[in-house]
Amino acid sequence: MSWAGPEDIYLSTSLASYLDKKLLVLLRDGRKLMGTLRSFDQFANAVLEGACERVIVGDLYCDIPLGLYVIRGENVVLIGELDLEREELPEHMTRVSTAEIKRAQKVEREASDLKGTMRKRMEFLDFD
Amino acid sequence: MSGKFIHYFDLLDVYVRSSVDVAAFGFPSPQLRFFSLRANMLFFSYFKDLVGREVTVELKNDLAIRGTLHSVDQYLNIKLENTRVVDQDKYPHMLSVRNCFIRGSVVRYVQLPPEGVDIELLHDATRREARGG
Repeated sequence: MSWAGPEDIYLSTSLASYLDKKLLVLLRDGRKLMGTLRSFDQFANAVLEGACERVIVGDLYCDIPLGLYVIRGENVVLIGELDLEREELPEHMTRVSTAEIKRAQKVEREASDLKGTMRKRMEFLDFD
Repeated sequence: MSGKFIHYFDLLDVYVRSSVDVAAFGFPSPQLRFFSLRANMLFFSYFKDLVGREVTVELKNDLAIRGTLHSVDQYLNIKLENTRVVDQDKYPHMLSVRNCFIRGSVVRYVQLPPEGVDIELLHDATRREARGG
């Protein structure tokens, strides 16, 4: 990912061709940020303007606005160009409020915690 | 076979020469630096030859993405075009992503088209590397 001249940015692996475009940035902890790429460097450190986090729980989703974000490159998994023509998410998914998505997230976390403890208790059965 | 072989090494040498000043300062000793550079360059040039082919990139978070290889750089960062995620239902947020950049450090595997692998060529190139060019 080296700096490239204006004529070959579309051929190179540089993020230059994504500048000023609406992107989806996937992070190592599984978070999904959306925003406009304003700057980057060779480590894939990136500046996102108008960033928001897209939280998806089952069929519910919510975009939580964050503002201007500087992302440290090591946390970046993937940077995808968002196709504005296409449906962003499948039709069956519904947009909900921040409060609702937080609630859904909590329920999901509790369910997975419970599953974990149940599994731990049943471990002596040695199933797999 | 021999024609293709020469072609590979021309590639390799060009890349080594052109990127020495860019990539060299990260390695400790001159010998190690040279070797690492060449060793890295082998896969770099190999992937460069695969540009335009359909590949599947599997990431360390188990996300697998299929797409046309658009470009690769010295960190083995990858750019894919016309991407689709193998398990679409599990990753609905990837539906509207057509082109993407993947950081080299998060890649677990790159699955290549069968005709894209010339084992003998790679094998020879590796032996040559080990002998020191």
